[in-house]
Amino acid sequence: MSIRGRAYIVGAFEHPTRKAPEHSVAQLHAECARGALLDAGLDRRDVDGYFCAGDAPGLGPLSMVDYLGLRVRHVDSTDTGGSSYLVHVAHAAQAIAAGHCNVALVTLAGRPRSEGSAGTQPRNYGAGAPDAAFELPYGIATVNGYGMVAMRHMHEFGTTSEQLAWIKVAASHHAQHNPHAMLRDVVTVEDVVASPLIADPLHRLDCCVVSDGGGAVIVARPEIARSLGRPRVRILGSGEAPKGQDGGRVDLTVSGAAWSGPAAFEEAGVKPADIQYASIYDSFTITVLMQIEDLGFCAKGEGGRFVADGNLISGVGRLPFNTDGGGLCNNHPANRGGMTKIIEAVRQLRGEAHPAVQVPGCTLALAQGTGGQLGSRHGSATLILERE
Amino acid sequence: MTEQPAVREIPEPPVNPENRPYFEACAQGRLLIGRCNDCGQHHFYPRVICPSCFSNRTEWIPSEGTGTIYTYSTMHRGTPVPYTVAYVTLDEGVTMLTNLVDCDPARLAIGQRVRVVFAKTVAGTSVPMFTPA
Ligand SMILES: [Zn+2]
Repeated sequence: MSIRGRAYIVGAFEHPTRKAPEHSVAQLHAECARGALLDAGLDRRDVDGYFCAGDAPGLGPLSMVDYLGLRVRHVDSTDTGGSSYLVHVAHAAQAIAAGHCNVALVTLAGRPRSEGSAGTQPRNYGAGAPDAAFELPYGIATVNGYGMVAMRHMHEFGTTSEQLAWIKVAASHHAQHNPHAMLRDVVTVEDVVASPLIADPLHRLDCCVVSDGGGAVIVARPEIARSLGRPRVRILGSGEAPKGQDGGRVDLTVSGAAWSGPAAFEEAGVKPADIQYASIYDSFTITVLMQIEDLGFCAKGEGGRFVADGNLISGVGRLPFNTDGGGLCNNHPANRGGMTKIIEAVRQLRGEAHPAVQVPGCTLALAQGTGGQLGSRHGSATLILERE
Repeated sequence: MTEQPAVREIPEPPVNPENRPYFEACAQGRLLIGRCNDCGQHHFYPRVICPSCFSNRTEWIPSEGTGTIYTYSTMHRGTPVPYTVAYVTLDEGVTMLTNLVDCDPARLAIGQRVRVVFAKTVAGTSVPMFTPA
């Protein structure tokens, strides 16, 4: 069963905070849910499906449904790291198409900035993870895992630090217009490569921000979407793909987007060249480069040349990306950037992005997420959305 | 670039009944990998059910402990002691996460030959790492 046209994103809200030491995580979820309902023009009692991932406190949907005072008949707590929320939108469309719910609420929130999280800390998903014994002793953190991906890409394809830097430069050009963005100064390629080396070959400015906050989206069936007085964002296609080490046949040159992307394009019936705006997960500059290649915006190995010279800057290049400033400059709440990827794509399709970065006549957009670690195992999720 | 200090505190691996033989072998200076007696494939990390064909006819076999660097990254910031994570492709064909030690990180290269050495964790468990051959 295809989800093409079976559901719409009718509400979207990004929490304005970037530092929230006086908020509980559950409260941030609730504030995001409230914001998305207000945006949609729906009431909490309209919600009959709830979706959350590992950032939700307590026993996920059980704790949160109770805390939010929801009465739902469908829940989903799929956790594929930062890509979870793109998966949730697809799963919500499937649930709506199957008649399991009418209005699905998806929330994300967290406070990694207040809690002192950093990408240089070793990742640990618990002693029970089957890979833990073979990885914990080696100090694989977030940034050095992505560093290994970048190192291999440079080795195989001749990608340079200057080419990676262009991704941050483009994000900073967009973030200057976002009053909520953490980093609003426009930076140059020289600024990025001159910033301190964190984990070879990634510099400080190759990394995303660490921010508190959150976001929420609401997915609804077509009749409900048509009854609301908002521009309509139709879900055209989706794909999801976990990728790991394949029993020791490690290939860090390809991300799961090589599978989730084609699945989404096929379902949507469109091609990469048709996409007018792309939200692309940007935990690090190399993350963007890998996904641009794997989604088919350029050939594998050509990403460095593709992103150079402002090709990702709205109004300048061929593929305007992350016009809110992305995780690289704006916001990466809960260390999970998938939700904000959806939200900026919705803004673009509604014509509600900042006028300085709005893509004129934007009717077809892509939102792409990864979660976990490109350097070990990760999830990829792709959504293709259309302004109706 | 200075010599990498050898004083990084190595976290303890969570040893369990499935992976215990691996760490018992490490304590004797031997690196084990998984092999499947149905499909013939090697695998890493080792596990009881073959990740290639799902057979349960797997066994532990010793690796020669030699291989080449697939990729690596030295952490320079946010750590008390710089250290280098890497993937090493063993000559048996499987690629494993590890650290590169007793080397100048600035002189490492993808494709470089390396050999296994064993380092002790904070609790005294031996874990395999690699050094230029
Ligand atoms: Zn097998």
